[in-house]
Amino acid sequence: MNTEPKTDNRSLALTALEDFKGFAFYHLGRFSLFAVSFSTVLIVLLIFFFVIQQGLPFFKNFGITEFFTSKQWYPEAGEPKFGALSIIVGSLYVTIAALILSVPMAILTAVFLSEIVSHKIRNLVKPVIELLAAIPSVAYGFFAVLVLAPFLQTEFGLSTGTNALNASIILAIMALPTIISVAEDSITAIGRDLREASYGLGATRFETIFFVVIPAAHSGIIAAIVLGMMRAIGETMVVWMASGNANQIPSPWWDLTQSVRTMTATIAGDMGETSKGSPHYQSLFAIGIILLAMTFLLNIVSEYFLASAGKNSRKK
Amino acid sequence: MKKNLFTMVLVLTAVWVCNLSAAEKTLQIEGSTTVGPIADAFTEAFSQAYPDVKITVTKNGSGNGAAALVDSRCDIAMMSRFMKLDEFTASVDKGIMPVAHAIAMDGICIIVHPSNPVTELSLAQLHDIFTGAVKNWKELGGPDMPIVAISRDTSSGTYETFDHFVMRKDKMDASIEYVSSNPQVHSRVKTTAGAIGYVGVGFLDAEVKGLKVNGIMPSKQTVAGGTYPLSRPLFLFTNGYPALGTISHKFCTFYLTEKGQEIIEAKGFVPVTKY
Repeated sequence: MNTEPKTDNRSLALTALEDFKGFAFYHLGRFSLFAVSFSTVLIVLLIFFFVIQQGLPFFKNFGITEFFTSKQWYPEAGEPKFGALSIIVGSLYVTIAALILSVPMAILTAVFLSEIVSHKIRNLVKPVIELLAAIPSVAYGFFAVLVLAPFLQTEFGLSTGTNALNASIILAIMALPTIISVAEDSITAIGRDLREASYGLGATRFETIFFVVIPAAHSGIIAAIVLGMMRAIGETMVVWMASGNANQIPSPWWDLTQSVRTMTATIAGDMGETSKGSPHYQSLFAIGIILLAMTFLLNIVSEYFLASAGKNSRKK
Repeated sequence: MKKNLFTMVLVLTAVWVCNLSAAEKTLQIEGSTTVGPIADAFTEAFSQAYPDVKITVTKNGSGNGAAALVDSRCDIAMMSRFMKLDEFTASVDKGIMPVAHAIAMDGICIIVHPSNPVTELSLAQLHDIFTGAVKNWKELGGPDMPIVAISRDTSSGTYETFDHFVMRKDKMDASIEYVSSNPQVHSRVKTTAGAIGYVGVGFLDAEVKGLKVNGIMPSKQTVAGGTYPLSRPLFLFTNGYPALGTISHKFCTFYLTEKGQEIIEAKGFVPVTKY
């Protein structure tokens, strides 16, 4: 039988047809990859375009003064009122309260995971924390309504358990995995040289962590907080179920045990019954524009800090 | 070349028309979340009797149902209220004649926490609670306890009916809480001592306490007879009366059968027929 070793007998010189085939495939491949990636960009642009196109007529017809200054939100009344102030404020309330609850905890956890605990335990704990992000938000919502709300009522004597505090607690839990994992990455990225220099100057471990490592990782930590904030401000299902959706600004202003309504919940709750093209429908898209503007801004901020975090760690 | 294009268009149109005539085998149903469970159960019964018919039920609110019928996106619109004038005109403008089939009656039941001693409220008192004029149970003969009033979200048909019967064009107070489903109102009222809410009569059970309204207890008899002040018919809307014998016709008249009535009762509504 044939015993000689198999050789690849493709000749190095290409025929004209082969040459053309290669040329065609190269450009076809490039083009299809370009088309695929560009369609993603296109989708984002189309969403922006659609939301703005549907929402802008509202500002044209009703102006912006009432929208941003009035607390009267009665879009279906005989004489409709579109004052979104308490809705915008409601979103900010639960988002900021959620950050106050989650940021200290998240950063301390990140420090613990990256600086103190052994690698083995870290690799065990981190996936579990990241599992928090995999729980569907409606499950969090059920927990808020069926467990946390009655708990707040019986243990703290609140008259209603679905309120700003409830929503903030749940949002804080939901923001934890995002903040922890980004902050932990950026703290880990700080090189050994800084730490060793710090220890070499006689600093304790505590001093090294809080006065050297954390300040050095501040860009990444700020980016982590902003990403957590985006998670909280854009969340819909949980706030829709947990915040009570009362269209008011709490008075006194610090009373988080009162119900509030957020932008996302208003859009989700009202959209079902509005007839297409009506002022109510457009007003919901107007809220969408505000929401989009906020998350867009936060996104730019986080990109900025993530970029500068990347630069810092490359420098070393 | 031009001729070729023309033939192609012809062929495509023919294919499309064939698909349309095959559309009898599918039924698109869209609309009210209140009527949804009835349509789902009807669909289940139909899937045994007519296995080759594909019925899709989408529950996204009465308004969406009406909009879908107007845009010819569905064959049957489920609605927990009658069509509004502008929906009706928009529909007629597009050459679609909405025909209503009242398939069941729904009563809206006022519920409070079981520990609440109040047993009866008038429509006027309900009105005052939800406009924020009355804020404590002691003003209504109950204990000294703030009222936590819970409403359905404004896109639900139950809300619209409550709004129509109780609010009478007055606005709900800013402190009213909104939740997105009947079971959620139930669970909030069950766990909150000072709560008052409203649900479909099918959601009334021993865990919450139903109140008399204007002296009348919500029950099958009072709802079907229309003596209970908060009762309403539930509708299916079709484009014209469905051609006799079609699947659409069978679906819209299924409530007249014994099986249909059983389903409506099982889902917590009140049938309009008596077997």
